[in-house]
Amino acid sequence: MTETTTRTAPDSGTEVTLPVHTDQLRLATAGSVDDGKSTLVGRLLHDTKSVLADQLDAVHRASADRGLQTPDLSLLVDGLRAEREQGITIDVAYRYFATPKRSFVLADTPGHVQYTRNTVTGASTAQLAVLLVDARKGVLEQTRRHAAVLALLGVPRLVLAVNKIDMVDYDEATYRRIAEEFTAHATALGYADGTVVTIPVSALHGDNVVEKSEQTPWYEGPALLEHLESVPVAPDPHDVPFRMPVQYVIRPRTAEYPDYRGYAGQVAAGVVAEGDEVVVLPAGVRTRVSKVDTPDGAAPRAAAGRSVTVLLEDDVDISRGDLIAAAGSAPTVTDEVDATVCWLAEKPLRPGARVLVKHGTRTVQAMVTELTARFDEQQLSSVETPESLELNEIGRVSLRTSEPLPIDEYAASRRTGSFLVIDPSDGTTLAAGLVGLPLAPLRGGSAS
Amino acid sequence: MTTDHEIELPDTPAPSEAPPQVDNLDALESEAIHIFREVAGEFDRPVILFSGGKDSTVLVHLALKAFWPAPVPFPLLHVDTGHNFGEVIDFRDELVAHHDLRLVVASVQDYIDDGRLQERPDGTRNPLQTQPLLDGISENRFDAVFGGGRRDEERARAKERIFSLRNAFGQWDPRRQRPELWNLYNGKHRPGEHVRVFPLSNWTELDIWRYIQREKIELPDIYFAHRREVYQRDGMWLTSGPWGGPREGEAVEEKTVRYRTVGDGSCTGAVESEAYTVDDVIAEVAASRLTERGATRADDRMSEAAMEDRKREGYF
Repeated sequence: MTETTTRTAPDSGTEVTLPVHTDQLRLATAGSVDDGKSTLVGRLLHDTKSVLADQLDAVHRASADRGLQTPDLSLLVDGLRAEREQGITIDVAYRYFATPKRSFVLADTPGHVQYTRNTVTGASTAQLAVLLVDARKGVLEQTRRHAAVLALLGVPRLVLAVNKIDMVDYDEATYRRIAEEFTAHATALGYADGTVVTIPVSALHGDNVVEKSEQTPWYEGPALLEHLESVPVAPDPHDVPFRMPVQYVIRPRTAEYPDYRGYAGQVAAGVVAEGDEVVVLPAGVRTRVSKVDTPDGAAPRAAAGRSVTVLLEDDVDISRGDLIAAAGSAPTVTDEVDATVCWLAEKPLRPGARVLVKHGTRTVQAMVTELTARFDEQQLSSVETPESLELNEIGRVSLRTSEPLPIDEYAASRRTGSFLVIDPSDGTTLAAGLVGLPLAPLRGGSAS
Repeated sequence: MTTDHEIELPDTPAPSEAPPQVDNLDALESEAIHIFREVAGEFDRPVILFSGGKDSTVLVHLALKAFWPAPVPFPLLHVDTGHNFGEVIDFRDELVAHHDLRLVVASVQDYIDDGRLQERPDGTRNPLQTQPLLDGISENRFDAVFGGGRRDEERARAKERIFSLRNAFGQWDPRRQRPELWNLYNGKHRPGEHVRVFPLSNWTELDIWRYIQREKIELPDIYFAHRREVYQRDGMWLTSGPWGGPREGEAVEEKTVRYRTVGDGSCTGAVESEAYTVDDVIAEVAASRLTERGATRADDRMSEAAMEDRKREGYF
């Protein structure tokens, strides 16, 4: 998927190979506090030569200032003053690096339980997550919580990096025990064989991060980077029905374009093509696509991910917040939504709460009519009709919305099956919402 | 435990029948356009912060594409330190005229002239931009301010959300950032607060240059190699100008240089370069062992947390 071009650098006359990436992996890290995530990310950047000389100099200087013998690679990524002072990661940082095979967008997320909401932030767009555990501590409560969140958000693939393997003398039995325990948990959450890979690493020394380590002759799998470079990335599916939330109506009213009326949006699922029959929701009016304008001009068709402007045959009343969908398989339009929520706010959720729901490009008032369940991601079970949902808890709710919403199940469509829950008083994002039932193992019964 | 509840997990890439391949630049362009349109749809008074540099020029190009064939529905705001490169001001005025854009200027010089700000002993005006910027935002009641910031620029920038809420003092509080989920951006804010929006968050310096190449975007000439009289200070090549310098002991030499960033003349350094074209620049950036800021920005070197501290004060 990656082509390269060669150019000559004008200053040095050296040949430079420039990969032209069409292949990108979006990944997130997760794990408990102090398990070495920032060091691992720093190591990945360092060993893939993604760190430039001045950045490295700064880390050497800062490490020396702290009296350290060797450079602390976590300083490459912990960008905030408080993070460096406390040696912890507070907020998600996004990193970009590339190898000749693939480019990577990495969301480095904090491990502290207080900041689980940032793991949700990083995971909502990830195609793969690297979970870390400390080989001395093994699978912790936080590891199981993060695995459940990742499964719930539909992150397709997991890597368990058993870090600090040097601290247990590269002991194979310790690694095996942790790998088996984690794989069993991931399997119970619904991860199929082949979607979960475990790797023994030492982020501090670089074992099995970019290069295979001689210290772990018993480990036969790939180094972390090799796995990240070769793991299949599922593209946006094209054989699913077309969906596009309308963001903005483009009406130039200029001499050149007196009658242009285009509906701007990003294709959220499927493909839109000239001539397609579509339905405009929630009104339910049917019409046909007369033209698809992309940023590079008119095109016969455009697929998920592309920002386009769609023109329609009939003069329909459409505004921001409407959804244009394939006429043959439109989503359900309803003002009663059953959903799973990850509660991300300090203020607990109680039944009867009045909130805002942002779904696609539409924000509506809503009421939480019922709190149906709270999930215990440790036991993979649930508590029926709890009194509240607290920070970082996952539960099932029923919502009634002031206007009907065109919704898909999250499991079928990540973009049109997700929503934000917003506090109407101050605009705080309270929760990540996923339409439909949560993972079967969390629904209860499976723990028995 | 039962294991019969398998969630749907896509495995191998789907076979054939795929629509046209979307490359990385197309994906970044679509994401940026999506962000522009969200802001146009949700806010009353957005503005694009424009410096004349490559990132903000790309920003304007994307805004033009996002609303084509309609005009860009918001103005540009330039914080003019009074120490800008002449070539950049000329470029700004041509761009604005060519696309029939509206330009609002907040002038640091005005603040110095009437005593609201004092010149610093070190002569740099970069830190003086914050007050005119915040005043410009509140006087015009701008509620969303687009910036060309990229997360690859600097460690504190890497922490930035795409929609970043600022309080009435323009301050950023990294501990209280909202979670940013999927591509659902939350633009809610209270009166007096505003949101900084970064459509280029996920672009790298090389992506910017590749896009400039692909889209044939015009830039100020100083981005390309030219002969210029410069003197060395703190390992950077500065050019003489109204900002002072050369000081005693700083010898002026004529060199072939270019700029990797443009900003206040007092603290933006040139790099020695023979890159005369966009193709040359791409090869140079790909081979460089220095980041653009490490190479050319004095103000980021002030302390380990220089950028974070300025962001907290309301700087861009």
